[in-house]
Amino acid sequence: MQSSLPKNLIKIENNLKSLTRTRSIYSFLSIAALIAIIYSGLIVAETGNATSIWVGLPKFFDYPIDLFVGSWEYGYRWNLLLLEYLPDLISTINMALFSTAIGTLLAFFLSIFSSRNLIKSKTTVLIFRRIMDVCRSFPELVIALVLLYLLGKSALPAVIAIIIHTAGALGKLFSEAIENVDKNPIEGLESCGASWFTRIRFGVVTQALPLFLTYTILRFEINIRASTILGFVGAGGIGEQLYTNIQWKYEADTIAIMFLLVSTIIALDYLSSYWRKSLIGLKS
Amino acid sequence: MNRSEIIENYSDIVVTKFSSKVWSTFLVLGIIVYLIIAILSLDILQIHKKWSPERASLFALDTYAHKDHVTMKWSEPNDIIISFEGSRWSQYVGPYQKSDGLPARYPEWTSIGPEGETKISFKNGGFANLYNDKVTIENWPNTQETLVFRLDAQGKPYVENADNLPKWIRVTENKIEVRPSLYERVQIYSKKVEVHRYNLGWNYFWFDFDSPLEPYGIWNAISLSFSGDRIDPNISNFSLLIQEFLNNDMWHHGQILWALLETIFMALLGTLLAALLGFPLAFFAAYNITPFKFVRTILRRLFDTLRGIDFLIWSLIFLRAFGPGPFTGIFAIAITDTGTLGKLMSEAIENTEEKQQEGVESTGANKTLQHRFGIIPQILPIFISQTLYYLESNTRGAVIIGAMGAGGIGLQLLGAINTGTSWENVMYMSLLILGVVIFMDTMSSKVRRALIGDETLGAELQLAKMAKK
Repeated sequence: MQSSLPKNLIKIENNLKSLTRTRSIYSFLSIAALIAIIYSGLIVAETGNATSIWVGLPKFFDYPIDLFVGSWEYGYRWNLLLLEYLPDLISTINMALFSTAIGTLLAFFLSIFSSRNLIKSKTTVLIFRRIMDVCRSFPELVIALVLLYLLGKSALPAVIAIIIHTAGALGKLFSEAIENVDKNPIEGLESCGASWFTRIRFGVVTQALPLFLTYTILRFEINIRASTILGFVGAGGIGEQLYTNIQWKYEADTIAIMFLLVSTIIALDYLSSYWRKSLIGLKS
Repeated sequence: MNRSEIIENYSDIVVTKFSSKVWSTFLVLGIIVYLIIAILSLDILQIHKKWSPERASLFALDTYAHKDHVTMKWSEPNDIIISFEGSRWSQYVGPYQKSDGLPARYPEWTSIGPEGETKISFKNGGFANLYNDKVTIENWPNTQETLVFRLDAQGKPYVENADNLPKWIRVTENKIEVRPSLYERVQIYSKKVEVHRYNLGWNYFWFDFDSPLEPYGIWNAISLSFSGDRIDPNISNFSLLIQEFLNNDMWHHGQILWALLETIFMALLGTLLAALLGFPLAFFAAYNITPFKFVRTILRRLFDTLRGIDFLIWSLIFLRAFGPGPFTGIFAIAITDTGTLGKLMSEAIENTEEKQQEGVESTGANKTLQHRFGIIPQILPIFISQTLYYLESNTRGAVIIGAMGAGGIGLQLLGAINTGTSWENVMYMSLLILGVVIFMDTMSSKVRRALIGDETLGAELQLAKMAKK
C-alpha cells in the first residue's frame, strides 16, 4: 500500500512521524522534569518541616475552629470590635496609598529614562534599567526590616520600602508601555518643532495613560497587602494589631481584624478590576 | 488659517471645556491636600530626628568590613585577649600571655614593644600601646604628641596631657573614646581597655576561624583538594573543603544555602500546585464549557475567597497545622494562587474564539478532544506566561512567608537582623535573595519569550488582546 503512494506523500508521512516522535520525547522529558521537581521538593519540604504532611493535613481546620469558637464565646459585642480596629485599617490604607502615589511618580521618571524610544544613550537606559531591577528584586520586607532597625518602629520604614519596590516594579511596566506606543504622534510633534518635554507630554503620556492607571491601581491593591505584612514586623497599622492579637490568643479580635482585612481586599479587588477593565476597554 | 479661526472651527477639540477644567483643578487640589495630610499623619517630617548618622554608618561599615577586638582588663594586664568580632569562640590563641612570648598564631598587626607593652598598629600609621598601668596612642594623624591615658585614684580614666585634645577624643566620666575615623576605635573604661580595628572585606568567609583549612585561603585549598597530602588523615582534602565550607561557624553557608533551597522550593512547588489545581478548575468555572450555573457560581466565589483571604492569613492557618517549615509556605502560596490563576484562566477560556472549537467539532471529535484542540492552544500562552509571572513574584513572597514563621531564608534573615550585630550576614543573605530573584526573573522572561515570543504583558492586557481579535 505504501509503495503505491506518491513520493512526496511518503516524505510528508515520515516527516510527521519524526515530528511526533520529537514531540513525545519532549513531553516525556518535561513530565519527567516536573515529577523530579515535585519529588525533590517534597523531600526538601519533608526534611525541613517540623510536622509531616500526613500529621499536618488533618489539623488544617484546628486554627479556624479555634478562632470561631473563641469569638462565639465573646458574644454579641463582637461587631463592636470591627469599629475598634477601623482606625488601624485606615492607617494601613493610608500607608499604601501614600507610598503608591510617591512610588508611581518615581516610577514615571525612571521609566522615561529607561525607554529606548525616548532616550538615545544606551548606557543611560541600561543604568536606569538595572536600578529598577534592583529596586524590584528586593522583597519589601528586607528593606523594611533594615530601615526599622535604623529608624525605629514607625510607619516610615514601611512606606520607604514600599516606595522603593513600587518604583522598580511599576517603572518596568511603565517603560514597556512607553516602548509600545505608536511612533507617529511623537514624530508628528517633532516635525512641528515640539520640545522633548512636549513630545513626552502629548505624544507619549496621552497614549500610555490608560495603561499607567491600570498598573497603578493594580499596584495599590498589592501595596495594601504589603503594608499589612510590614505591620507584622513593626510598622504599625492593622498588621501590627493582628500580630499582637494572635500572640495574645484573642480569638475574637483576631477574627474581627481578619474580617476587616479580607473584606477590604475583596472590595478593592472588585473595584480595581472594574476600573482596570473599563480603562483598557474590556468593558464598554 | 490663523489661530482664532482654528479655535472657532475646531472648538470641540482645541478648547478645553469649562467643566473638565473645574474637575481637573479639583483633582489636583485633592491630591495635594491628601499628600499634605499623609505627610503629616505618617510623621515623615520627623525623619531627621529618628535618623542617627552614627548608627547608620556603623551599620553600613559592618556590612562590608570586619573588626578585631583587643581587650585588656586593668586587673589582669598580662592577660590580653585578641578576638575576631569580639566572639568568645574566635580568639587568637586563647589568653594571650605576654610573659611566654608571642604565641604561634597571632595577628601580624600586634607586636611586643621594648618595655613589654603590646603594640597594636593601625592602618592610619598610628599605634595603640597597652602597658600594665597606662594606654598610649602615638603617631596618630593630626596629632604629633603621644597621648597617655591612665586611671586616677577613684578608678576613672583620664587623659594625662589633657589640653588641646583633638575633636575625635570624647572624654566622659566613665569612658574615654578615641575614634579618629570609622576604622579605628580605642575605648578606655574603668575596668578595661577595648581596641577595635576594622578591616575591609568579609573575613573567614570561606573557612571559619578554627578550620584547619583557614591558613591556606580558598585558592590554595582548592588546589590542595586535587593534589597534595591529606590535611586531615581521615578524609580526602576535597570532602574536607566541602565540609569546612558548609559548616563555617561564622557564615553558616550550609544552613543558609539549605534555607535558600527551601524558599525556592516553596515558591516552585506552591506555584506548580496552584497551576495544577487552577487549570482544570478554570474549565468548570467557564460558561462556554460548563452549562450548570450553580457549579460556576460556586467555583467563582471559591476563587474569590481563596484570593481575598490574603496569603498572610493562609500562612497563619497553615502554620498552626504544619508548624514552621516549607509545607506552610507551599500550601499558602498554592491556595492563594489557585484562586488567582483559576479566575484568570476561566476568563481567558470565556474569551476564546468559538470557530476553532467548531472546526474540531466538524471533524467528529468528542467534547474532550474539542476542548483539547479547540480551546487549550488558545489559552496556553496566557496560562504559561501568567504561571511564570507568579513563580517569579512567589519567590519574593516565599521569603516573606518564611519570615512570618514558615522558615527558609526569610526566617534566617529575620534572625540575623534581630541580633542587631551580624550585618555582614544580613548583607550576604540579601545578596543571595537578590541573586535568586533576579535569576528567576530572567529565566521566566526567557522561557516566556521562547514559548510565546511576545513581550511580557499583564494578564488583563492579554485578555483584552484576545477579546479584540
